Amino acid sequence: MRVALQVTCIGEALFPETGQAVVTLLRRLGVDVDFPQGQGCCGQPMVNTGYLDEAIPVVRNFVDTFAGYDAVVTPSGSCTGSARHQHSLVAERSGDPALIRAVSEVSPRVYDLAEFLIDVLGVDDVGATFPHTVTYHPTCHSSRLLDIGERPLRLLQAVRGLQLVDLPGAEQCCGFGGTFSVKNAATSIAMGTDKAAAVIGSGAEVLVAGDRSCLMHIGGVLSRAKSSVRVMHLAEILASTGPMS
Amino acid sequence: MTGTFVGMPAFPEAARAALGNAQLRANLAAATSTIRAKRAAAVGELAGWEDLRLAGAAVKDSTLAKLDEHLLTLEAALTARGAVVHWASDAAQACELVASIAQEHGVDEVVKVKSMATAEIGLNEALASHGIAAWETDLAELIVQLGHDLPSHILVPAIHRNRSEVRDIFTSAMAAAGRAAPADLTDEPARLAEAARLHLREKFLRAKVAVSGANFAVADTGTLVVVESEGNGRMCLTLPEVLISVVGIEKVVPTWGDLDIYLQTLPRSSTGERMNPYTSTWSGVTPGDGPQEVHVILLDNGRTRALADRVGRQALRCIRCSACLNVCPVYERTGGHAYGSVYPGPIGAILNPLLKGVGVDQQTDSLPYASTLCGACFEVCPVRIDIPDVLVHLRAQVVDAHRGTAIPSAEAIAMKGAARVLSSSRLLAAAERVGGPVGRILGVGSSPTTGRPTMRRIPGPGAAWFTARDLPAPPRESFRNWWRRSGGRS
Repeated sequence: MRVALQVTCIGEALFPETGQAVVTLLRRLGVDVDFPQGQGCCGQPMVNTGYLDEAIPVVRNFVDTFAGYDAVVTPSGSCTGSARHQHSLVAERSGDPALIRAVSEVSPRVYDLAEFLIDVLGVDDVGATFPHTVTYHPTCHSSRLLDIGERPLRLLQAVRGLQLVDLPGAEQCCGFGGTFSVKNAATSIAMGTDKAAAVIGSGAEVLVAGDRSCLMHIGGVLSRAKSSVRVMHLAEILASTGPMS
Repeated sequence: MTGTFVGMPAFPEAARAALGNAQLRANLAAATSTIRAKRAAAVGELAGWEDLRLAGAAVKDSTLAKLDEHLLTLEAALTARGAVVHWASDAAQACELVASIAQEHGVDEVVKVKSMATAEIGLNEALASHGIAAWETDLAELIVQLGHDLPSHILVPAIHRNRSEVRDIFTSAMAAAGRAAPADLTDEPARLAEAARLHLREKFLRAKVAVSGANFAVADTGTLVVVESEGNGRMCLTLPEVLISVVGIEKVVPTWGDLDIYLQTLPRSSTGERMNPYTSTWSGVTPGDGPQEVHVILLDNGRTRALADRVGRQALRCIRCSACLNVCPVYERTGGHAYGSVYPGPIGAILNPLLKGVGVDQQTDSLPYASTLCGACFEVCPVRIDIPDVLVHLRAQVVDAHRGTAIPSAEAIAMKGAARVLSSSRLLAAAERVGGPVGRILGVGSSPTTGRPTMRRIPGPGAAWFTARDLPAPPRESFRNWWRRSGGRS
């Protein structure tokens, strides 16, 4: 099976530790993951702001980069949702039959990390150790667009030493919303502040989620509030073999 | 007289103002969390809920596909049963029709059943300009009307008010509108309801003309349906001599049997009840019983525009339950006024642009962006309107409407630039080479949240991020460079 990592634009530029953790984790599980260097972004920032024409070259680059792989793994429910639900819209907009065909071939092979681990590799226990108290935020696109359900929790419950604590109001959106976070900054911050308060109230040392973009927002609020809670991507915990540094 | 939404600022600005109102946020958080829990319980006890959603969507879709035929059937059935059917293409026509019928009967007042269609067309203000007082008889609408306020919720227009505010409104405003509130009125719910009951009773008994909307219009029997909780609707629909109903053309369902679906999904979704307390149905005129002159005004007002939109037309399935408002994290924090329309919340964010068209005014164009696309609205919608999908679709329409303007917006320029960079690994790497060192200069200290130096502000269009959020400084090595250097083996 040829497996590619789509590291996400935010992960690529700002949070390389997440992509590194995915690589470490997948190799440990015997998957020889590749990083096709031509990759850019999934196009979601353009599509969700209404710039469909601008998204066309981004989606074209995406399918060019990942054509020929059996699976494209991305540490983001949101980018997975974008590939599965929005790339066809962009391709239709282009009116280019070749792009429409390419999207229909690549999109169904894009997996969120937790889906790939459980549905494709068939593992719950990835052999991780992480002796910390952790609370999990189910990001909206992973739960509502992908229907990811209990998969991330099953993975976390199998981690040695990890103590999972409830996040009150977990299903409520954190308020990131892509360009919503700056176009409607005041509302975004109000939502993020409530989410951060719930995280702090949970008593966890670490907040974990399957999307770096949501974590960037919640983490940004926590950091400004001088909270000691650490934010980590699910991949980073699953790649761990001991206490965090 | 109620207030007006005319001249409201665009959503971000209106939201910012609303977010500063601590009382409003407390009222909304309490009310929406209560109603969310009630709905979840009422829906959870039905095993076939998903089937009801699918059926509700399917009946509406097939009806909308042949709306012209169903409307003619409805008109014929209504006429056969003694109702007078009028057609109004817009708000002004509908208001004129109501005013002229009222004037024919020489009245200077009408009583009203709670109705979104009449709120949408600004009927009360239009009647006032003809010297006709329109008295709202739904408790929440009465609170809004007496408070010279604006509705902020579809089902509970006064959701932004708490009971002590309601007491103050009744005490100060009831006398000018009719029977005064008792001098010793408290904020106990039973006392408030009693004051409203006494105030409204004299209006019910006096009014010669009533105005209603309709939740459903059954085509084959010519039956209008109003569901409600307070019984005020039943009073208005039975006591006056003349009844005028303003009905959006999307309210039609083909047969009586179709109501089976919606009379289950509507109350559970909206008030969290298995069944609403009052369901009134009437078909034209019944000699010697109820209003002896019945008018039905079938209202377009942008609905055929929405119907022409391949993606957006699903919004016409809406049965105005408000479940999407109650679960919306944006609505919960900003309240309904920020949306600048009688249709607030997620459904308002799509319905207003669909009815009015985009590219016309900034306020309407801001509405599709008033969402994080979290999808909670779609999850609860009893007729499966995929609101996030429609929002994204409308955002593209807003952007397209402004393409080709002489001076493109800063956002349009930024998006074009971003698209170029994000579709090219070469340009992305170049941007990291330039941006990385600059960001690292701005990075200070070490945030426990990320274990990295943190940027606390940056200039330019991203500045709004930093009003209350940090951002880690860019790493010394991007993922791409790490992969190139190490082959993915750290």
